[in-house]
Amino acid sequence: MPLKSKDVLGLKEMEPSEIELVLDTAASMRDILGRTIKKVPTLRGRTVVTLFYEASTRTRASFELAAKYLSADTISVTAATSSVQKGETLKDTARTLEVMGADVVVMRHPASGACHFLASRVRASVVNGGDGTHEHPTQALLDMFTIRRHKGRLKGLVVAIVGDIYHSRVARSNIIGLVKMGAEVRVAGPATLLPPCLEELGARAYSRVEPALEGADVVMALRLQLERQQRGLFPSTREYARLYGIDRNRLSLARPDALLMHPGPMNRGVEVCSYVADGPASVIEEQVTNGVAVRMALLYLLLGGGGDGS
Amino acid sequence: MSRSDRGFVVAGGTVVDPASGVLGPADVLISEGRVRAVGGGLSRDGLPVLDVSGRLVLPGLVDIHVHLREPGEEWKEDIASGTRAAAAGGFVAVAAMANTRPPIDSAAAVSFVLDRARSAGPVRVYPVGAVTKGQKGEELAEMGDMRQAGAVAFSDDGQPIRSAEMMRCALQYAGMLGVPVISHCQDPDLSAGGLMNLGLTSTRLGLRGIPTQAEEVMVYRDLALCALTGSRVHIAHVSAADSVEVLRRARARGVNATAEATPHHLILTDRAVEESRFDAATRVDPPLRSEADRRALAAALQEGVIDCIATDHAPHHRDDKEVEFAYAASGISGLETALPLIYTHLVVPGALELGRAVACLTEGPARVLGLPHGTLAPGASADLVVVDVEREMAVDPMEFYSRGKNTPFAGWRLRGWPVLTLIGGAVAYHRPGWLKLPEWLEPAGGLGLAGRVAAPA
Repeated sequence: MPLKSKDVLGLKEMEPSEIELVLDTAASMRDILGRTIKKVPTLRGRTVVTLFYEASTRTRASFELAAKYLSADTISVTAATSSVQKGETLKDTARTLEVMGADVVVMRHPASGACHFLASRVRASVVNGGDGTHEHPTQALLDMFTIRRHKGRLKGLVVAIVGDIYHSRVARSNIIGLVKMGAEVRVAGPATLLPPCLEELGARAYSRVEPALEGADVVMALRLQLERQQRGLFPSTREYARLYGIDRNRLSLARPDALLMHPGPMNRGVEVCSYVADGPASVIEEQVTNGVAVRMALLYLLLGGGGDGS
Repeated sequence: MSRSDRGFVVAGGTVVDPASGVLGPADVLISEGRVRAVGGGLSRDGLPVLDVSGRLVLPGLVDIHVHLREPGEEWKEDIASGTRAAAAGGFVAVAAMANTRPPIDSAAAVSFVLDRARSAGPVRVYPVGAVTKGQKGEELAEMGDMRQAGAVAFSDDGQPIRSAEMMRCALQYAGMLGVPVISHCQDPDLSAGGLMNLGLTSTRLGLRGIPTQAEEVMVYRDLALCALTGSRVHIAHVSAADSVEVLRRARARGVNATAEATPHHLILTDRAVEESRFDAATRVDPPLRSEADRRALAAALQEGVIDCIATDHAPHHRDDKEVEFAYAASGISGLETALPLIYTHLVVPGALELGRAVACLTEGPARVLGLPHGTLAPGASADLVVVDVEREMAVDPMEFYSRGKNTPFAGWRLRGWPVLTLIGGAVAYHRPGWLKLPEWLEPAGGLGLAGRVAAPA
């Protein structure tokens, strides 16, 4: 098997060489996406289940497209329409999927560690589509793929991640992955939205956004979850936008060729201003396309592709 | 009259009884359910001998913090299964916490627990009454009635007492009744939604962290109220180095407070959550802390700033634990692993002297609640535990007498297993194959030793 584990649970579990392999494979998949007829027969007869306990547009669609382009069969299960509504436990859902013979289960779940729980109970490969405030490995892989596509490398780049670091699984996976690949990671956000011990993860933390942006190669704005305000973690979205929103002035602190990224969905005018979101530095839409390529690469690698020269 | 009615000698073991200052090879002479003499070269006078050569002989252990789940959550544990687990762990007396369904908040409920305990077997159960009605933190429960019915302390354990004024009244009232309030110190706001210790691991795992200060500020508050009222508070399951410091300073000023630490906080750290890959067996309240906290707890025990070890035995059904970490019940089934864990991971490495470890499991907890246990002094009830410190065995939760198989220590290879527990000179527990039992030794009354409690399907 080209990947060490049967599952993709987090960037924490992946070796740099595995990350490299995924990104290289995604580059080939990106070529397929450029064709008029995108379907290849690679995963014919294999089944990919998407099991989403939280709302999602792009991650789910991206996985389903990725599976379909590789000719896998896809089934999608959402919490609202499934037995979960009837009180089924994840343990029993896992058993059901197991006996149905799914090859890959992509799960999004509001509880951190839920994908680990599932992975230890099914033979199928589990791909973490976002678990609680823990990891979102495929998002970080597509972010790294996008950066590498533009910059040719990850090592030595300065990446600034701005926003609610505390509750962001995107931030966590990116910090872990980018540090592994030799990038310099800076994170910035209000003190109430920064978790402790970021330095020990290899990131430098800033409560002011400007010094974090200085000379950055990549600026990544995170979605601000508006319910955090109700918990008193920041006073208002207005003040947040004024202090941490990425606008033209702030973006100009980064390198002239800096990329602007956002995992979506955006709160325009809060964490990112429309002028920059729709401006020349933005690769936000490209991230979505690359997401399909990266997920194709993962499905291909997990289901036995690549290792035997086929 | 059977042979043992004349008395018998527990011979050849090493007696560790800190309460009476005995630590060394000694025989224990027992008759009519009581210890008559302890020493070397006792005249055996033709009495039958129970040979425990090479084993330790300790006073029966005392655990002042267990959850027996009856009434109301019998699928997790009941008084019968919990007291069997206690005996198997070497414990002869336990204090049962009040957070049952409904809570033990009336004299009738206290009497119910005592009645069930009497019919369950020889392990003594001391009920802890609730501080507030329904443990809701709003109105004092009828503590006077409960005290008369046999409650030995009061606690809303499981929940902190949010209101300082309520805590002050509870301390005054319990003080009047001559018993302590056992406080679960955790600021409910600072810890709201928390799933583990706040630190590097919580950041890595994306699990909401609980700062040690959530405990520290409540310890500080309760010690201040203790000074105000002159009553006694007992701090349950201290988990943080900062709390230890607050306690140390208060005790130096003469504040009337005692404290306990659990085996899991003394041995595990928050790294266990990550190493076990989010295994809910590591979810416990207060959460497992850092290595610095762990070391501070062990030092505080050795030093006497913490008075005793208590398991906070919190049995849960597998359905309560085989779920996502955030949805799992908190707690560890601790009665049957406490002694070997403490022996293997604190005594053997030298963090805790053997005598002190035994004191923390016997006279220490007995003194905190004023219970007549914890010593082998002549005249005391012949409650003792024989411990094998040579043979290693892996923890197998499916072998627990407790219905709660929830432990993060499954598979750990430990030494220091209890092989025989005597209560009133009769057998409350015997580990088959580890010690040859003479036929004349009698089973303790009422104990269905033959019937292992099966896990509910």
